[in-house]
Amino acid sequence: MFVEFLLVATFLSALVVLAAPDRYAGKLATALSLLPLAGVVVMWTQYDASGNALTGGEIAFETRETWFEFGPYTLQWYVGVDGVSFPLLALTVVLVTLALVSSWTPIDERESQFYGLVLLLETALIGVFTALDFFVWFVFWEFVLIPMYVLIAGWGGPRRKYAAIKFLVYTNLGSLVMFTGLFALVLGLGDSLTALSLPEISQQLLAGNLDSIDVGLLGETVTVDPAALELGAFVLLFLGFAVKVPVVPFHTWLPDAHVEAPTPVSVILAGVLLKMGTYALLRFNFTMLPGVAEDLAAPIAAIGVISVVYGAMLALAQQDLKRIVAYSSISSMGYVVVGLVAFTAHGMGGATFQMISHGLISALLFMAVGVVYNATHTRMVGDMAGLADRMPYTAWIFIAGAFGYMGLPLMSGFAAEVLVFIGAFDSATIPAAPLVTALAMFGIVIVAGYLLWGIQRSLFGGFGLETDYDIGRAPAHDIAPMLVLLALIVVLGVNPDIVYEAIQNAVSPLVENGGVSSGSGTQSAVGALTGGWVR
Amino acid sequence: MTLGTLPEWAALAPAGVFVVTALLLLLVDAVDVDGDRGGLLAALATGGGLAALAVTVWYLVGGTGQPAGNGAITLFDGNIVVDGMALFFTAIVASVVVLVTLASYDYLHDHPHRAEFYSLTLLSATGMALVAVANSFVVAFISIELVSLPSYALVASLKNNKGSVEAGLKYFLVGALSSAILAYGISLVYVATGSLAFEPVADAITPGGPAVEDSAVLGFGLLMILGGFAFKMAAVPFHFWAPEAYEGAPAPVSAFLSSASKAAGFVVTFRVFTEVIGFVDEAPAVIDWVAAVQVLAIVTMTLGNLAALRQEEVKRMLAYSSIGHAGFALIALAALTGDADQAFVLGSGMAHLLVYGFMNTGAFLIIALGEYWGLGRRIEDYNGLREQAPFAAIAMTVFLYSLAGLPVGAGFLSKFYLLFASIDGGVVLLAVALVANSAISVFYYSRVVKAMWTEEPADDLEITEYPRGLYAAIALALLATVLLLPGFGIVVDIAETSAGQLFG
Repeated sequence: MFVEFLLVATFLSALVVLAAPDRYAGKLATALSLLPLAGVVVMWTQYDASGNALTGGEIAFETRETWFEFGPYTLQWYVGVDGVSFPLLALTVVLVTLALVSSWTPIDERESQFYGLVLLLETALIGVFTALDFFVWFVFWEFVLIPMYVLIAGWGGPRRKYAAIKFLVYTNLGSLVMFTGLFALVLGLGDSLTALSLPEISQQLLAGNLDSIDVGLLGETVTVDPAALELGAFVLLFLGFAVKVPVVPFHTWLPDAHVEAPTPVSVILAGVLLKMGTYALLRFNFTMLPGVAEDLAAPIAAIGVISVVYGAMLALAQQDLKRIVAYSSISSMGYVVVGLVAFTAHGMGGATFQMISHGLISALLFMAVGVVYNATHTRMVGDMAGLADRMPYTAWIFIAGAFGYMGLPLMSGFAAEVLVFIGAFDSATIPAAPLVTALAMFGIVIVAGYLLWGIQRSLFGGFGLETDYDIGRAPAHDIAPMLVLLALIVVLGVNPDIVYEAIQNAVSPLVENGGVSSGSGTQSAVGALTGGWVR
Repeated sequence: MTLGTLPEWAALAPAGVFVVTALLLLLVDAVDVDGDRGGLLAALATGGGLAALAVTVWYLVGGTGQPAGNGAITLFDGNIVVDGMALFFTAIVASVVVLVTLASYDYLHDHPHRAEFYSLTLLSATGMALVAVANSFVVAFISIELVSLPSYALVASLKNNKGSVEAGLKYFLVGALSSAILAYGISLVYVATGSLAFEPVADAITPGGPAVEDSAVLGFGLLMILGGFAFKMAAVPFHFWAPEAYEGAPAPVSAFLSSASKAAGFVVTFRVFTEVIGFVDEAPAVIDWVAAVQVLAIVTMTLGNLAALRQEEVKRMLAYSSIGHAGFALIALAALTGDADQAFVLGSGMAHLLVYGFMNTGAFLIIALGEYWGLGRRIEDYNGLREQAPFAAIAMTVFLYSLAGLPVGAGFLSKFYLLFASIDGGVVLLAVALVANSAISVFYYSRVVKAMWTEEPADDLEITEYPRGLYAAIALALLATVLLLPGFGIVVDIAETSAGQLFG
């Protein structure tokens, strides 16, 4: 019942905060958000999943109740977590609490509505990462859009309405395409499916129970054979999730949404919402249809590499610090795609680890940019110089975060990217894997380029900023969440195995389904990173 | 629990309660000529609606006319049949009547002819309750007229308002035309089969039954009859009156027409399709009915939703969305292919119309609230409603997103049910059209939500009054829309069982 506790507690907190007066809505929301956080900590101590939830592994904190019969289908309430979803769940509750703290300074109107909506968003996100029934999952997946849309449109920057509607249109069209893809599979599975639970769909597909379907209207009948159906469904699902990730060329909503969204919302958007896309790719495309994924490995890897390089180059061209961080997210998500399609233990594991790592690091950078903006009211690299003089803590944290992004050893970004590279290098699915990996690695060079350049121009040198605002040190409650994030980044960088073991445990069945063996059993990150020296 | 000692004609009690209430209202008005009785009239009308709803639900739960009781009750030589589907739709009508009369208490506060207004509403509801039980073309025709005639007057009831009168006239002219088509169609069917009740006509059509004089005449007649029903459902090609009538009519009347009147159109269509045309079995080969309805459903939903995208006025937008929903509900017929689970598929349309009854009425009542406050008709006029009327803004958001099929209300589940139904029938294009149209609809509903939540209110927006009756009606509709989300299983059960009776 832990998952239900998280959902109910967060939802009720949202209602309480919505009704609370503006004066202490922020503090109240933060205090209440400790409930799901505490819940996840307790869950961590009792976590007992093994294997992948979708391929018949042991699911932790599983509840499965029949809701009602829907003709031939049973609708059920089915939640639980495994090694892929639990780290993302933990990431969600941690980031939301920190984002709430970071909202105390910038949010100064309609506060109870803002904090209430953030908690509603958290409810939906917890649901997305814990739902194991397609129906329940889709409810939460769609429900994420409503508070997010209102948050961007209600508290964003000058072009917030445009950005919010663009976000809604893109992601909603993505959902539509994805939904069609999944229902094609449901249609093809026909009678062998009695409920829309993700494990059942996935096991039926892996068992090869997909039938051909007849598409008929007006007496004309076209028969679609299983192979074509799988291919079509895979492409639809991939396109749907690609918008959410986003990968090039479906990325254009992201910079707009990020730039216009208020900082705390950007933190959640980059930290958690983008992971919904990659999480769904892993759960649906790469778990349910591994055969098609292998056949299409070349174009998918190409999309990943293009996202890495093109995203980084776009970031290089930006003047706005927030845009730089936003575009670099596209680049980082590209690594996840490359890692997933590699179908190796470290590739898929590293990709999942990169989701967590990028969630923490991008959140940190967005917060740092937000703190700078709170003080200076500008984010343009060219406008400011020498901020390190006036805001030393913020500046150093920003720099630390940027190094994390660039992959400084002993920070989580390094572990994640190296694991992805090791995995991709050995991949048997990606054609010319070493070459593709080398191309993707080139992204890191560009990242270093734009981050170092941005830091050098805005933080160092003599102080120079024409402004009427008095620029001083940021308040402690702005610095604290960044320090927490930094600590987590370093801890995960020093010992990735804290979460990597659970991840490995959950992705190794998928690697085997991919049919490409790359060593047996689960792999350790420390072992991989040190060439076995430590163990 | 069945009717027990009650005589069989007591199965018509819901219609009886409606008509008695209507007459009582006129009586009160005649006896007490110059008292100010707004409260009494509203209470009487709402009470009548509640009583009819209570009786209907009692019958429905108790198994009257259903397999759980002694099966369908036929009266008047089989011209009337009370079964699960009839009661299900009567319940929809009664619920909408309760909401609309409750809301009208405030809406009509300075209307000179309140008694007549309520009375006409209940008479029209009587007609709807009779449409639901009609088992012959004559009863169907008469009860459809009983639905229509009061509603023409209701649409034009703001007689000093040009828009209202214009809408009433347009509605009347199109209605008269469609009645003529319906009557002519019925006469053709009579010519071909020599009968007017559904069962003998069905027997005549069945292969191996009594010979049909001329199958082309029969097919043409049935086609014209369905055209007449399409007018009531506001489905393509007889949909174009809807935006005009809904826009000009007082908003509670628009709510009544778009929810209850549409349901009445559907119940008789469902019955004719399943019982008379036989549809699923070997239909008379004049027309491929399944294909025809599939095309009609897809065209109706697409046209309604695309047109709604372009509207600037909230009421017109909802009118087109209501056309779109007629297309969704038609899926229940369009997916009735040979290999479908018949009861499951037909039940989907019934369940959707029930949920639609609440969420659509709720949305129109918010517009009634806007008209009460003197807000304009355009989407911009709802700007910043959150500041002065947060409850109304929340309720409208839930209604609209539930109509769009997002998981805030039961509209989400009823659309899922329709989706499962089209998959069960194996009609992939219907499923695709349903999903695509639902996605389109998110955008135009979002425009209103966006206006309410993100735009700044106009400077002169000053709301001082919060009418209790309207608020109560909206709260009830909201409660039903949200509670049907967890409680949808019960609706599915009842709908499926009632639909199963028709195929039994």
